[in-house]
Amino acid sequence: MTLSVAERERIKVVGPRRRWGDLLVALPAAWLGVAVLAAVFAPLLPIPDPFRQALLRTLQPPSAVHLLGTDALGRDVFARSVLGLRVSLVVGIGSVVFGLGIGGTLGLVAGYFRGRTDLWISAVMTVILSFPPLVLAIAIMSYAGPSLALVIVALGILFVPAFARIARANTLSLAEREFVLAARAMGMRDLGILMQEVLPNLVAPLIAYSMLMVAVAIIGEAALSFLGLSVPPPQPTLGGMIAAERANLLEAPWAVFGPALFLFLTILSLNVAGDQVQRRLDQREAAL
Amino acid sequence: MRDEVRPAHLRGDRADIVLSVHNLTKTFGTPSGAQVQAVAGVSFDIAAGETLGLVGESGCGKTTVGRALIHLPPPSSGEVVLEGRPMSGLSAAELRALRPRLQMVFQDPISSLNPKHSIADIVEAPLVVLGGIDRRRRQEQVREMLTAVGLDPDIVWNRRPHELSGGQCQRVSIARALILRPRLLICDEPVSSLDVSVQAQILNLLEDAKQRFGLTMLFVAHDLAVVKNISDRVAVMYLGRICEIAPSAQLYGRAAHPYTAALLASVPDPAPQAKRRIGRAIEGEIPSPLDPPSGCRFRTRCPKAAPVCAADEPVLRPIGPDHFVACHFPNL
Repeated sequence: MTLSVAERERIKVVGPRRRWGDLLVALPAAWLGVAVLAAVFAPLLPIPDPFRQALLRTLQPPSAVHLLGTDALGRDVFARSVLGLRVSLVVGIGSVVFGLGIGGTLGLVAGYFRGRTDLWISAVMTVILSFPPLVLAIAIMSYAGPSLALVIVALGILFVPAFARIARANTLSLAEREFVLAARAMGMRDLGILMQEVLPNLVAPLIAYSMLMVAVAIIGEAALSFLGLSVPPPQPTLGGMIAAERANLLEAPWAVFGPALFLFLTILSLNVAGDQVQRRLDQREAAL
Repeated sequence: MRDEVRPAHLRGDRADIVLSVHNLTKTFGTPSGAQVQAVAGVSFDIAAGETLGLVGESGCGKTTVGRALIHLPPPSSGEVVLEGRPMSGLSAAELRALRPRLQMVFQDPISSLNPKHSIADIVEAPLVVLGGIDRRRRQEQVREMLTAVGLDPDIVWNRRPHELSGGQCQRVSIARALILRPRLLICDEPVSSLDVSVQAQILNLLEDAKQRFGLTMLFVAHDLAVVKNISDRVAVMYLGRICEIAPSAQLYGRAAHPYTAALLASVPDPAPQAKRRIGRAIEGEIPSPLDPPSGCRFRTRCPKAAPVCAADEPVLRPIGPDHFVACHFPNL
């Protein structure tokens, strides 16, 4: 059965499910907003100096001064977690932008020109995909030594094939649409068709997927820093903090669970919000 | 074009021929390596101001003909001559320069408009590609053209295609094709996916546009009733070949090819009691173009098939003024 455009417009999801959906976007968005603001303005926040050691007040339990207690060197866990979150977000967003930029472009080109171009690009993507992801990241990091830019690139390379595949699959079906034929018939060049006709239709699926991938990148960065392969100390990272304090887990659980909570809430928020965004985009696409 | 192979139905003597197609073929490779000849040697011409209808069942190659004319994709062989200039062998740049002369309206009005662009941008795009016109002039022309196709520019200007009905989308599509002031408009089943009530409006619009902009048209469709009124001449295609070509009234009144007769008979009859059947409705499936029948391609479904039909392939020959048929036993 085919519905006219006007009929499809009228069919919309209403009722309690919709309200649940709104809440599922609002709560994660609120946490992410607070997290990003805290990370950006960390130096201005009224919190203790995250680098100041106090060897007489190590492993203090949470108090009004130290919201999440202190670690084995007497440093404020809350302040360090905020700074660690900063690294997580920079790496998460940076590596996804890297993967999106390179992977998206490669996928667009492969899906539009097909033939040999597609064959080569797809072959390279398959090779990257055939590496165990974390092992590849560890190899890159231990070869070149830890630095922020390198973490971003190492994780970003891992995202290139996934974004390339999504861009390619969408481009393949878009290039068959008659509006692309119409653009060719009016004499538009390939570059114009790619940028003006195909790309605007790729933005929505890629953005929705990006949110989920930022969560994956943050987990990846946490794993690398847990192994001591991310940004070097004294810069705190969430994974590095967990690794350093795990010996004191029984006496001072806050020193481990503080950064873990930051990690957990951020990843959960990204996943839930990303899911909701994707679902809504799917609904909208289906209505077109 | 060599004269000795010129098919009899090409009117090479007329000076006002806009489009002349000679022995056009289009072959596609299948994944298994086999070659499918979707169009197998089609020739026709269209004179200035004329509308040629091209009809046939699904899969007979009529859409492929339309696309081969705009060289998207280019034909495998054969000649397309537009306004006296052969299109084969043109460079990409020369072809682009020629594109404004022939434009196309597609079958699916929704799919042929980019869902992310506004109506104004869609209609303006050809002028932007053409270049050399400032923004204000372009928008004036868009406004004019939207009005000409029966849309209110102030209402649709910023709308997206999904906010319009199928008929309105097809109007936008026509505006986009006409804004370059083409000489030849190829309509590829422009009304097949529209409601019947909207079909008539779009057909009237095309008829008006033809007068107003001095268009020459190739009208591709599978529905004979739709083609009848809009076309001056009609060519009937079967399995990649033209089997009959005649002035509209002639073809509908005295179909000579058994296939044409069968197609006409399969148009649903609004008043079955008042019978005026020309022949029986067609039976069976169209044979695979991978392995077309020998001789006449229609013989496997033809009530008149004889041994000669399997041996010799009939060529188009005249049976009346401007009436040509490729059949050994035409209904005369």
